[in-house]
Amino acid sequence: MMELVCPAGTPAALRAAVDAGAHTVYCGFADETNARNFPGLNFSRPEMAEGVAYARSRGARVLVAINTFPRAGEQALWHRAVADAHRAGAHAVILADPGLLAHAAETHPDLRLHLSVQAAAANPDAINFYAEAFGIRRVVLPRVLTVEEITAINREIDIETEVFVFGGLCVMAEGRCSLSSWATGLSPNMNGVCSPASHVVYDEVSGHNEARLGGLLIHRTPKGAPAPYPTLCKGCFTAPATETGPVQTGHIFEDPVSLDATELIPRLQKAGVTALKIEGRQRSRAYVAQVVRAFRAAVEAAEAGAPMPAGLLAKLTEGQSATTGAYAKTWR
Amino acid sequence: MDITIGPIAFFWTAETVRDFYRDLAASPARRVVIGEWVCSKRLPFWQDEIPGAVECLLAAGKDVALSTLALITLRRERRQTADLFDAGIPVEIADLGALRHLPEGAPFQVGPTVNVYNEATLEWLARKGATRICLPPELPLSSVAVLARAGRAAGVAVEVWGHGRAPLAISGRCYHARLHDRAKDSCQFVCGEDPDGRDVVTLDGQRFLTVNGVQTLGHAHSTVAGQIAELAGIGVRAVRLSPQTGNFAAVVRLYDDLVKQRSAQAEAVARLQTLIPGACFADGFLAGAPGLRRAL
Repeated sequence: MMELVCPAGTPAALRAAVDAGAHTVYCGFADETNARNFPGLNFSRPEMAEGVAYARSRGARVLVAINTFPRAGEQALWHRAVADAHRAGAHAVILADPGLLAHAAETHPDLRLHLSVQAAAANPDAINFYAEAFGIRRVVLPRVLTVEEITAINREIDIETEVFVFGGLCVMAEGRCSLSSWATGLSPNMNGVCSPASHVVYDEVSGHNEARLGGLLIHRTPKGAPAPYPTLCKGCFTAPATETGPVQTGHIFEDPVSLDATELIPRLQKAGVTALKIEGRQRSRAYVAQVVRAFRAAVEAAEAGAPMPAGLLAKLTEGQSATTGAYAKTWR
Repeated sequence: MDITIGPIAFFWTAETVRDFYRDLAASPARRVVIGEWVCSKRLPFWQDEIPGAVECLLAAGKDVALSTLALITLRRERRQTADLFDAGIPVEIADLGALRHLPEGAPFQVGPTVNVYNEATLEWLARKGATRICLPPELPLSSVAVLARAGRAAGVAVEVWGHGRAPLAISGRCYHARLHDRAKDSCQFVCGEDPDGRDVVTLDGQRFLTVNGVQTLGHAHSTVAGQIAELAGIGVRAVRLSPQTGNFAAVVRLYDDLVKQRSAQAEAVARLQTLIPGACFADGFLAGAPGLRRAL
């Protein structure tokens, strides 16, 4: 059966995910070493050890994401995170930075390493390079690839692949995007945040709700209509007219959709994918339990060759609409 | 300290490329990085210009390096990357995966789209043979200082994004095509119609981003023109200028005068403004502030 890798932003979400049928749970420490560095989220050291013990006692595993890029001159914080994850009994750590990978491979040779999606290893050469250089055992593939490309990648590499199937959707190559710091000074790579809530201001202007990020208007929606969170790349902008192109106003990068690749699970299985990943460490325990239960049913159905349960999660997706993203070539 | 010219980010005609590098040969730039950096679909339209441009730049005494793509996914792109290492000219990697094709022991350079955020990564690249690294544009001055020091110790020349629209993101999706209701595979090369990229403004008219095919750039020109002396002082070895249309030769001369301390940096941005009318300038990244701001 394909492995289900589920998010946990809190110890309660971890237990909920395990109880709902997660094979694996991923989480991070409560600091800027992980890419979901949100207030009130993530694990203390004792919580991590307890979480690992809880998962183990029920046959599940814990992965610790340490997937931001260590700040120059302050790498000790990231080194400590790797050592503490190892000590807590994590099944693996998920890393992106070459310097940190080199450190982990050298200092913790028996610690299993996964390559984070933040490393954006998007072709077999890159993946094989990381495998040879650091001994990584699994790569989380960036969300820029089609199912056909994933199939081709799996033919040329020896390590496991993990792909995102549900939740928030980056439209840019992950780990290679500074849009958030362009607008707010805080970025996924350096601070573990994207379009941070601390920089969001909502306002009501002549019957419209406006959402600003770092002072920039990202959305303007009629009062009463659903207002999506102002994530930069899902914002509504204008491209003024040029000599050859008319003015365009709209979601120039991506609509406020989220990823739902449930229907593609059988094809991803055939493509040789080892693990399916659900995004959402910032989500509630109830949400996590619901999504995990649905996806556990889906991977069991795929294993039995049965059709995918359709529309199961529609009401959970952001802004009520979902996409299969880059997995379908037409998205590009 | 000296000047590096980065690869052309935009889709220019072969003729424009030819004229651009001919002019650059006569400029005070110390080195030039050349190659398709953004979209492999563009390359067939101008690749025949590369050998002539390289020859002309080498004859003028410039150092030349060939750039890889910033995001390599297709088989054809992997083959092209491997071929670059056979050309007998140093390669600048723009995607870390390109290192798989590096001949054992060959030196290489690292471009600003490779994530070099800390000393450990810089030192690891140095051990692999990196001789020169252009840091990611989003790094604050405090990180630049640490990395310049680490570079000196490791024998790596450290340069910074000095001038031009900063590369902020790269995607599998082409936004230029999307603006014309097309997909990437049927783009009809619409990015060629906007030789400095296509503006993206907020709904209330604030200038924000620039779309360049699969790449997204800042709208404001990021510039270190007001910080040249500080950067030289902490050991930064070069500033990178990113090609654009208009009076680029004058922009290069302006930075060369700053680097060689022939002109005062206090009025540098005002002088840039006269060279690029209508442009706005930003240095927020260096200040650790929002990148689009003028903060220093």
